[in-house]
Amino acid sequence: MPATIIEAKPAPFNRVDVDPIMLDIVENALRNARNEMDAVLFRTAMSPGIREQHDAFPMIANHEGKMVVGQFGSFLYGFIAGYEGTIEDGDIFITNDPYSCGGAISHLNDWLMMMPIFHEGRLVSWAAMFGHMTDVGGKVPGSLPTDAKMIYEEGLIVPPTKIYRGGKLAEEILAIMLANTRMPEWNKSDFFAIIAALRLAERRVRENIDRFGVDEYISAMWDMLDRNRAAMSAIIQMIIPEAKDGKKASFEDWIDDDGMGNGPYKIACSLHREGEIAYFDFSESDPQSLSSINFLLNEEMFKMFFGAFTINLFDPQILFNDGFYDLVEVKIPEGCILKPKKPAALSCRTHMLGRIFDLMGGLLGQGAPDALNAAGFSDSPHFMYSGFDKNGEWYQLFQIGFGGVPGRPAGDGPDGHSMWPAFTNVPNEFLEAYFPLRIREYATIPDSGGAGLHRGGNAIVIAYEMLETGEISIHDDRWLTYPWGVNGGEPGQRSTKRLVRTDGTEENLPSKCDRIAVNPGDILYFNTWGGGGWGDPAKRPAETVLLDVKRKLVTVDGARRYGVVIADGAVDEQATETLRAEMAASAKPDGLFNRGFVSIEELKGRCKAETGFEAPRAPVFRKFMKVA
Amino acid sequence: MTDNEAAPMKRRAGTGWRLGVDVGGTFTDLLLLDRASGRTHTAKVPSTPKDSSVGVLNGIEKICRTAGIDPHDIAEVMHGTTVATNTVLTLSGALVGLVTTKGYRDTLQIARSYVPGGLGGWVIWNKTAPLAPLEYTIEADERLDAEGNVLVELDEAAIRRDLETLLSSGIEALTVALFNAYVNDVHERRIAEIAREIAPNIPVSTSAAVMPEMYEYERTETTVVNSYVKPVVSTYVSNLEGELKSRMGENVNLRILRSDGGLSSAQAAMDAPVNLLMSGPAGGVSGALWIAKQAKIENLLTFDMGGTSTDVALIQNSVARTRRETRVGDVTVRAPSIDVRTVGAGGGSIAYIPELTKALRVGPQSAGAMPGPAAYQKGGTEPTVTDANVVLGYLPSDAKLGGDMAISRDMAAEAVGKVADALSISVEDAAEGIIRIVNENMVGALRLVSVEQGYDPRDFALIGFGGAGPLHVNALARITQSWPAVVPPGPGVLCAYGDATTRLRNEASQTFVTLVRETSDEEIKARLADLETAAAEEITAEGVGPDEQAVTYQVDIRYKGQGMKLTVNVDKAEFESEGLAGITRRFDAEHEQLFTFALDAEHELVGLRAVVQGAEMSFVNAEGETAGEDASSAKVQPTRLYADGAWQEGFIYDRGKLKPGNKVPGPAIVTEMDSTSVILPGHVGIVDAVGNILIWPADHQNAR
Repeated sequence: MPATIIEAKPAPFNRVDVDPIMLDIVENALRNARNEMDAVLFRTAMSPGIREQHDAFPMIANHEGKMVVGQFGSFLYGFIAGYEGTIEDGDIFITNDPYSCGGAISHLNDWLMMMPIFHEGRLVSWAAMFGHMTDVGGKVPGSLPTDAKMIYEEGLIVPPTKIYRGGKLAEEILAIMLANTRMPEWNKSDFFAIIAALRLAERRVRENIDRFGVDEYISAMWDMLDRNRAAMSAIIQMIIPEAKDGKKASFEDWIDDDGMGNGPYKIACSLHREGEIAYFDFSESDPQSLSSINFLLNEEMFKMFFGAFTINLFDPQILFNDGFYDLVEVKIPEGCILKPKKPAALSCRTHMLGRIFDLMGGLLGQGAPDALNAAGFSDSPHFMYSGFDKNGEWYQLFQIGFGGVPGRPAGDGPDGHSMWPAFTNVPNEFLEAYFPLRIREYATIPDSGGAGLHRGGNAIVIAYEMLETGEISIHDDRWLTYPWGVNGGEPGQRSTKRLVRTDGTEENLPSKCDRIAVNPGDILYFNTWGGGGWGDPAKRPAETVLLDVKRKLVTVDGARRYGVVIADGAVDEQATETLRAEMAASAKPDGLFNRGFVSIEELKGRCKAETGFEAPRAPVFRKFMKVA
Repeated sequence: MTDNEAAPMKRRAGTGWRLGVDVGGTFTDLLLLDRASGRTHTAKVPSTPKDSSVGVLNGIEKICRTAGIDPHDIAEVMHGTTVATNTVLTLSGALVGLVTTKGYRDTLQIARSYVPGGLGGWVIWNKTAPLAPLEYTIEADERLDAEGNVLVELDEAAIRRDLETLLSSGIEALTVALFNAYVNDVHERRIAEIAREIAPNIPVSTSAAVMPEMYEYERTETTVVNSYVKPVVSTYVSNLEGELKSRMGENVNLRILRSDGGLSSAQAAMDAPVNLLMSGPAGGVSGALWIAKQAKIENLLTFDMGGTSTDVALIQNSVARTRRETRVGDVTVRAPSIDVRTVGAGGGSIAYIPELTKALRVGPQSAGAMPGPAAYQKGGTEPTVTDANVVLGYLPSDAKLGGDMAISRDMAAEAVGKVADALSISVEDAAEGIIRIVNENMVGALRLVSVEQGYDPRDFALIGFGGAGPLHVNALARITQSWPAVVPPGPGVLCAYGDATTRLRNEASQTFVTLVRETSDEEIKARLADLETAAAEEITAEGVGPDEQAVTYQVDIRYKGQGMKLTVNVDKAEFESEGLAGITRRFDAEHEQLFTFALDAEHELVGLRAVVQGAEMSFVNAEGETAGEDASSAKVQPTRLYADGAWQEGFIYDRGKLKPGNKVPGPAIVTEMDSTSVILPGHVGIVDAVGNILIWPADHQNAR
């Protein structure tokens, strides 16, 4: 049963004509409101994850719950459909349970808060925001246990709950939530920061209604949704070919392992268009994993990914919204790794979530060369470090890594950057001032970006020296499969992790591991991965390659991948010509994509030799779980 | 410092003529102020972008001629300059070499890993190369910890060898920015010494000297920008100073307006030019501040609209709000500046309709000075904001623009017609649409400085200046409900006014991170006193005695664990009586005001600062006698203007003939030498005692 909305003075809104100018003005006013929500949050939140890295996302929706401004589409459909209670003026809802909101948020660390906004007794809008809490309880610090088999191991589950009722904070509920985290002060401050951002949105919405009139405001939102729909309809017809003879574009990519020795897991999607509707079908993806790498992919969120990717190519100023959702059909079968059944563990979904970027590029690029990017840093790998310091105080760090943006039609991929909106790295001086850490090195890794006419961005190495006894966890991927190149570009370099102990012993750590004991002086080299290259590297101007070498982004050896021979700090023109001629004569991999392997089996065959780790076992799927 | 004792006697501040000079993109504005009487003269000459000192000197010649004074009577020249800004915007600065700590050579390349533009923004974003190119970046083998202890001694032999190569590679300036140097700059200073031994003529900037604050990327970037603009600014300032001295005598004092609204000596400006990036806009805010004080308005929003961009700022209790970072183009530096937000929209901004979405967008593309708006008939054909103003009758085709530019309404209408056709609406409605969109962009910027900071714009007046500000200020005030809308006298030379009336200001600061409970009133008092001494040195050297100096303390503070910090201002006496308890109380109150909540968490100090200012000028700007309400003697001719969807009949007035007390009913256009003001229907402009036009809604109690 869906939620019951209680309005003091219910009355339908009248759709009125909004002239195009007024429409743009309302659009700007909402854009400003959203930016203000961000500003308030980042300034007052305490956890480095939100305050420094900006792992939090706001949204304003119309009264029907359709997102009008925001990033990831509406969080509200699943909530409104599933919440068995009333929605009233003064209420604010909180949840962190992906299974009770259709995957609007995708693991327990994300606290999602939703606020209905009323005006003169009618529901006129929604504001919502979620932020990643550093810790929500569960079996490991950070609440992201790779080896969790059920969601109950990942922390306290909060189903949709009125955390404010009639404007009053439910202090006891908040107290329960804070009692179940290792970092209550951070969570508390982050909680109030999100509330402050929502209240700000509420004020802005009411001001806009006072300024424009309620019917005008509501109608403008409808018009904005329609405008997006019209634009996306044109885009869909431009870039997605109609299925001919049943032929569809399809693409697959992998998550390397599940942290329990199984992998890789395949996500596969096909795409075609019938009339004005685009169909994405994930049926060929692998079933759900036994560990926590599952990703409950919300269909609407996927639509938003698709829309945001493509609209950027045409009108980057547009305020992107939900209006086009009925033009896109997304099929994800239940029990698949993108739609696991409760109580499957979900905490480490970040790899699968990020891999959607690569999948999208590979899929769309087949119909639209402008959208064909190589594979990039499609992840937000985690480093976690915690323990008690010499004074007996608990410290706990959760940090996101950065890597190579892929080579793109637009140009080279930036080195060591983020593919997620708003994310920033944590300054190393800040880390050293507040955590028992010394950052020995923070640099890009030469040659880690795939060679191409447009070079893939380089990976980053962070050398963490631990200053206290404690435990570290690592969650990363792309240690086995490569960030692929396109149009003749080469794959980027894979990720690695190396732990050097004070006694001189060294070990390679797996890409996903929890609770590795560390002692003062131990150094972890956390190497992320590079972006794939775009276009034929032999076409990259030799002088550009020389500059890359002088900048130590490419080595002299690495320059040879571009067919460029460098001697004594200059391009050896003749040798370069010869080398490039040899490259042109030798066989090139077929097709648009260069994955760096022939088949998964072939790749596994050289896994041990190349990475030092045994190849993961092929996942075995069990179908014993039933829908809760 | 013994140097100061030996310095020659300077002419005391407070006597003679003061000259304010503002160099803009199109015009150089000058304002001459008699410090004794408050009398002013203004002049406007074309700017000379290749070497802006030529325009300055032309202007000085003109203003002295028209004022009938000898250049030697000018004691002080106060100058707001965009030289540093333009150097960054046009990427025409020095080739900068960079020394980092081993392991951190890519600090600028990686930056904060941020990709702008929202979800999928990376698809189209290309990063600009660092201002200190990686091929000119070397690493020093050395290391400090976060407390400033030396972990690895500097390998002097190695850095000397690497510096010899770097300094002979063609670089024109050097930055030394080492990890954790904000707590201890021992290695930075040593490397700078070695560099000066090797190449005495290459200027060196060290990060701890330019910005002694945590965050390696921001500190490195700030110091590199300092190096990047240093040669250009040094050449400009020293040439200008030389030329001024040759015309005005050796005793003339050249002072440069800093981004934070303070003045620095020519030498200090050359040493730390990164502090000048907002020098130009700071002049406007200072001018607005001065005018507002004369008009007894304490709280106002400033709105400085030019050809390609618009600057807005907030003044509360007669103090401009400042922040600790400055943004120019893609570059953000941690240097204190008046909190000026810039929107890439001005009179020259081009309106267009993206095919796919049929939305009306204005800017960021601009027609610039060339080809300029279509109405100027210099070859521009795209519809601009100025063209829309012409179509609507706000810029009458016989108005002048600081010169003798002729305006063609036909050309403007033809250009705006492109938008009208695409939207299937009338040319007038398209023009009004363009104006409303651009106003909305401005409102967005005004919100950033007001509501986002917890201020309600309805509690503020709105002052519009710059070439286009007076055209839009009434309409903006109507949206933000900031009354009155103020058009100052000489809106086109307000920046120069600000330059001429600014006080000397200097500050000294240090990062000092500690929990409040772990320090004491005594310790903080001693640290602040040291900072005060350091900050006062330059002011004293400029001839301002200790009794004329005003001292303010600033404490950066937050809740333990927060990323942001708030700056609490206290005067010396307040701190002495209330101590840290007073600081935390003020912080809690401001946190509550800004963010709707306070916490019971521990308080943490982050930084300390002492600000020392010279004496404020205290004369009153004497204007003419008060006249009656009737403004008809200033009427020039009837005119038509389009507002609220219809053509309306009104009059054009000559600002020069308006008297204090006059009331100008809207719709009306008020023209003067360099500016045109619009008073919308339903509003009334009242000339105040100091010559401002205060625009109110006609039914407002202050308008009756």
